[in-house]
Amino acid sequence: MTTSVRNLGLALAAAGALSAGAAMAQDVQRGGTAIIQMKGEQRILNPALRASTGVYYITGKIIEPLIDLSYDGYVPVLATEWSSSEDGLEITLKLREGVNWHDGEPFTCDDVSFTAMEMWKKLLNYSSSLQANLEAVDCPDPHTAVFKYSKPMPLQLFVAAMPDLGHPVPKHLFEGTDIMRSEYNTAPVGTGPFKFVEYQRGQYVIAERNDDYWRGEEYPYLDRIVWRFIEDTSAAAAAIEAGEVHESGFIGISLADIARLRDDPRFDVGTKGYENNVAHSTVEFNHRNPILADLDVRKAIYHGLDIDYAIETIMRGYAKPGRGLIPSTGGANYTDDVPTYPYDPELAKTMLDEAGYPVQEDGFRFHLRHRPAPWGEYTQLWAEYFRQAMSEIDIDVEILQNDAPGFLAGVYRDHDFDTANGWHQFRSDPAVSTTVWLRSGQPEGSPWTNQFGWQSDEVDQLIDAAASELDPEKRAEMYHELQRLSMEELPVIFAIEHPFISVTNKVLKNHHNTPRWNSSSWYDLWIDD
Amino acid sequence: MKPAFPPVLGYALRRLLQAVPVVLLIMVGTFLLLKLAPGDTVDALVGDMGGADAAYIERMRAEYGLDQPVYVQLLTYMGKLITFDLGWSFVYEQPVSAILFERLGVTLLLMATSLTLAFSIGILLGAIAARRVYSLTDNVISTLGLIFYATPSFFLSLLMIYLFSVKLGWLPVGGIKTVAGFYTGWDHYVDVALHLVMPTAALSLIYLSFYLRLMRASVLEVADLDYVRTAKAKGAGETRLMVHHIMRNALLPVVTLLGLQFSTVLGGSVVVETIFTLPGLGQLASQSVVQRDMNTLMGIIFLCSIIVVVVNFLTDLLYARLDSRIELA
Repeated sequence: MTTSVRNLGLALAAAGALSAGAAMAQDVQRGGTAIIQMKGEQRILNPALRASTGVYYITGKIIEPLIDLSYDGYVPVLATEWSSSEDGLEITLKLREGVNWHDGEPFTCDDVSFTAMEMWKKLLNYSSSLQANLEAVDCPDPHTAVFKYSKPMPLQLFVAAMPDLGHPVPKHLFEGTDIMRSEYNTAPVGTGPFKFVEYQRGQYVIAERNDDYWRGEEYPYLDRIVWRFIEDTSAAAAAIEAGEVHESGFIGISLADIARLRDDPRFDVGTKGYENNVAHSTVEFNHRNPILADLDVRKAIYHGLDIDYAIETIMRGYAKPGRGLIPSTGGANYTDDVPTYPYDPELAKTMLDEAGYPVQEDGFRFHLRHRPAPWGEYTQLWAEYFRQAMSEIDIDVEILQNDAPGFLAGVYRDHDFDTANGWHQFRSDPAVSTTVWLRSGQPEGSPWTNQFGWQSDEVDQLIDAAASELDPEKRAEMYHELQRLSMEELPVIFAIEHPFISVTNKVLKNHHNTPRWNSSSWYDLWIDD
Repeated sequence: MKPAFPPVLGYALRRLLQAVPVVLLIMVGTFLLLKLAPGDTVDALVGDMGGADAAYIERMRAEYGLDQPVYVQLLTYMGKLITFDLGWSFVYEQPVSAILFERLGVTLLLMATSLTLAFSIGILLGAIAARRVYSLTDNVISTLGLIFYATPSFFLSLLMIYLFSVKLGWLPVGGIKTVAGFYTGWDHYVDVALHLVMPTAALSLIYLSFYLRLMRASVLEVADLDYVRTAKAKGAGETRLMVHHIMRNALLPVVTLLGLQFSTVLGGSVVVETIFTLPGLGQLASQSVVQRDMNTLMGIIFLCSIIVVVVNFLTDLLYARLDSRIELA
């Protein structure tokens, strides 16, 4: 029945009797269940406590942020307007009226104020540094929130952080309880298009349609979303092929299977919808090792890496060479006017000879102990490639296999490594979670921060100044300078810039239509089956 | 002088007392071993959430008691264990006993079905092969046994998924039930049964090869013994000879193996549970190691060691029943 209606619509549109927009509207099919594969399981489903794409992948449909990101820029969700005082010490948000939590209570400024002060400032990773200077959130009326800072907070930075670090949760369910132990951390209550139903650990999460959604009765189109945890990548690929799963995001299956399914007409395979989820594959140095503290050695290592080859063979072409701290999707804060180190093993060897590291009797210039991050297949392959490339310029690399806690403790806490590799995700603005890679004075043991024993006064000052600079143009200039410095000094090699990859069954419609689609609310997603 | 109560009870009591230091030793040893692994559950959790600042990490560690010296942590844990309190899982945010109970059902169902199938079909085929030794039947059965024995379970599982789910579309790829199916009554049982067909087949085919090979060798050995010749001389028919004289005696080593394998029940199906995403104890154990979820892991090991002790006891009882020459002492 629906099929014939749709065909009729298409036929009319083709005859020119209907506008394209009307045909599209008729096209939409309501109802159905979208089934999503997830490789890993995030047990805490509260985006105000855990900033992680693995959390948003589920909670994004249930708990909405104040502001979201679309292909046309930042768009209002629960906040409708935002502005800053001239001194940058006050940011005022207008909140959407007529929005209810899934339990029927109204959404007001009290919820925003409570979440900001109790969770974003105190408990939420990354956010607690971002909001360190937040003094209070005032509520002059139920739909106005005023964020008060002790140091200037650039509006640009605040807004850029909100899609990830700006999810309010209901005050009346958390107030007066032990927040970390709240039952609502695993049974989320939000304002989103879908309501939480059930979480079976190790198996699945189910959410169903919210009939009281503020965007209007027609949304969402789907009846239900199911997330299934399938850890084994081969089994996950089989589930996609058998049609049991509609979407596998964040590179949830092996790259060989991704390359295979790319040629299958039943699936859309690609990186669209991940523009805001770009990560760098890195090579990290321990500058406490005097050999690696030598800048010429680090430059030689960069010259010894054939990045284009690695992109083709490991990433199957879904990546591009990195240009330092900030990825090309970083907007105004990105520049490609930086020094680069093209692949040239002969030059690399000459540079190492000149730096005083000739080939020794055992056939190597020196030996490195390398820790690869266990974040899946391509990170391991990048480590293998690193070893192979280094052996070509006569550097011996021993790979120390470790699991996640072993890697994090070995690199970021115990500093027991010479080189390491992993990936690091960029979050809209460099000040959110990226500059901590270069800023010295990071407390020991914080993962994905400067634990490399590298320090530069110039870089430290630039990072601090940029974080509270109110003029967007001046900020951008500072970040360009930082990016250049990161390519000149090479504290870390940001070798490969890659978005994530989704495999999507074509029965899903309106998919990957925002730059952080897998984290977004999917109110307009529908299924054609 | 007659003992005050049946000898079996005295035997059971003694075995129980012997088991206490064994379990304690296992728990302390495992605890220390796990502490040797680099990183702790906070490292793993922070890794999962994509990083956190130092104050946050420190607060988590204090909350979980991981900032205490190892011996304090050990004493705290053992103190709780004595009262059968398995503690709280910080990864699942649930009491460990609740998680274990939830997972135990799936694993027991899977393992009991697979072992029963493997055991009964295995001894049957093994006995047939031995009675028709070096015939075509024997060769076919033995070759099949060898193939199943040599096939890794993950390979067999993926092969079946590819054939029956992807190509033919007969069976679901994984999980314990159709998630958004909301089946009730009989439909629910049929749905669960369909989901268990492939994992059970994968597991039992591999176990089957063990029983088959052992039974065949055992029957061949027993068939040459004097009492079988005597029975034959007394005119016992083929069936009586097989069932009463050979099978019963040939079963002893097979029962030993059954006992051994039942002890590894909980951990034995990690691979199959992971591939078929069955929420069982094997999958839980492997995830707990990666997550450094000490309490859950210790809970699983506690449960396992108790099952080992109990199964060993039952196997010994079964020996005495099968072979009256064996006395419980």
